[in-house]
Amino acid sequence: MWTWEPIRVRLSSLITAYWADPVLTAVQILMVMIGVILVMAFYTLAERKIIGWMQSRRGPNRVNLFWVPGLGQPFADVVKLLFKEILVPGDANKVLFRVAPFLTMIPALAIWSVIPFAPQKAFANIDAGLLFILAMASLGVYGVILAGWAANSKYAFLGAMRSAAQIVAYEIAMGFAMVGVLMAAGSLNIGRIIESQHGGPLSWNWFWLFPLFVVYYIAGVAETNRAPFDVAEGESEIVAGFHVDYSGMAFALFFIAEYVNMILISALTVIFFFGGWLSPFDGYLPASSLLAQPGFFWFGLKTLVPMFGFLWLRATFPRYRYDQIMRLGWKALIPVTLVWLFVEGVLIYCHVGPWKGHI
Amino acid sequence: MLDQYLPILIFMGLAAVLGLALFTIGWFAGPRRPDAQKLSPYECGFEAFEDARMRFDVRYYLVAIIFVVFDLEIAFFFPWAVSLRETGTFGLLAMLVFALLLVVALVYDYRKGALEWD
Repeated sequence: MWTWEPIRVRLSSLITAYWADPVLTAVQILMVMIGVILVMAFYTLAERKIIGWMQSRRGPNRVNLFWVPGLGQPFADVVKLLFKEILVPGDANKVLFRVAPFLTMIPALAIWSVIPFAPQKAFANIDAGLLFILAMASLGVYGVILAGWAANSKYAFLGAMRSAAQIVAYEIAMGFAMVGVLMAAGSLNIGRIIESQHGGPLSWNWFWLFPLFVVYYIAGVAETNRAPFDVAEGESEIVAGFHVDYSGMAFALFFIAEYVNMILISALTVIFFFGGWLSPFDGYLPASSLLAQPGFFWFGLKTLVPMFGFLWLRATFPRYRYDQIMRLGWKALIPVTLVWLFVEGVLIYCHVGPWKGHI
Repeated sequence: MLDQYLPILIFMGLAAVLGLALFTIGWFAGPRRPDAQKLSPYECGFEAFEDARMRFDVRYYLVAIIFVVFDLEIAFFFPWAVSLRETGTFGLLAMLVFALLLVVALVYDYRKGALEWD
């Protein structure tokens, strides 16, 4: 006899499974998101301070917080931006103009859902993690194109075209570098990619995949439109590029997206090539000792290094010309990755290196 | 397995809410005093004398087309790299042939000057 009972039980179990969890998850997600944005806020301060010191200046030192000069600068900036007028140019495509900042910001934040901060501590431990990252990273370019096109300003338009062409060109080098990581790990799951690197700093991927690491980092800098690849906003030619007509909080959303993306690229560099949350003493000290434990501490500490690298690059190098950027992307980075993928395939085939899998 | 994807959805939703909240606060906290000068497209103080949706360099299209080809190639590389240990020698050789075809394409692009930008 047919009854409702199994369906009801299944439905209620679905509802309890999904309802109790999502609320808890949402609170946790919100905490992580605010954490990321706080890191991003202080990253902007760190940028100004560090570049200031590199140029023998003091950097921001007027806004005090806890009696530390300059520490309150990010909050002062946010408050200032909050009270600025949000302009929508008369000739602009009004809807797209307002939607574009969200299209840039949502993917930048959404990728954090698959980042494992510590062993088994990712919001979504999905098997297609790397694919998701690649997809989301590609989505960011829509916001840029739409922003530039909707503003109906020549500077914005040119900036968007440049930025989009540059992002897609470096996306390929980045994707190939990811393929190399994938070959080493044998899994698309981010957690397993990290686990496959255990055994101390020399078995992290950077050692055997050094060219891919260099390509990935350079491509990451170019993807986020940072100096020395920041022709998209080259202030001496097209003022600010695709977001020239944005003001107030609408501009802030682009700004948040850019800096969150920088932190993200740093985190991904650490995950792919420097063992994520693995301890650098893993394999050298006994596994029970405190320093050899994997955890968020190591992940955070390691992520600071490529983050510093972004600022260092900006303080050191003059801006590339656009044809130089394109040449570097297509004619240097992509061939390097292709060659190294081949080398890696042969290495794995001949059982050279740390890869245990049989072929 | 599929319920692992739910947090991603919540994450995206919350990111949208957060962005919308910031935008809305800014929209209402800021002043709104538009005038004709302010609303004109920014061009360093000059009057814009034509629409910004103008013709642009065909090379941007070229980059986009080459990008599609190579991005697809990466999409083919992904499953191969994951199953590298199972497909063995045959997989390696097959991918070598595939990659070789694309290297030929890259060399062709290179020699034709499609990757040049000046």
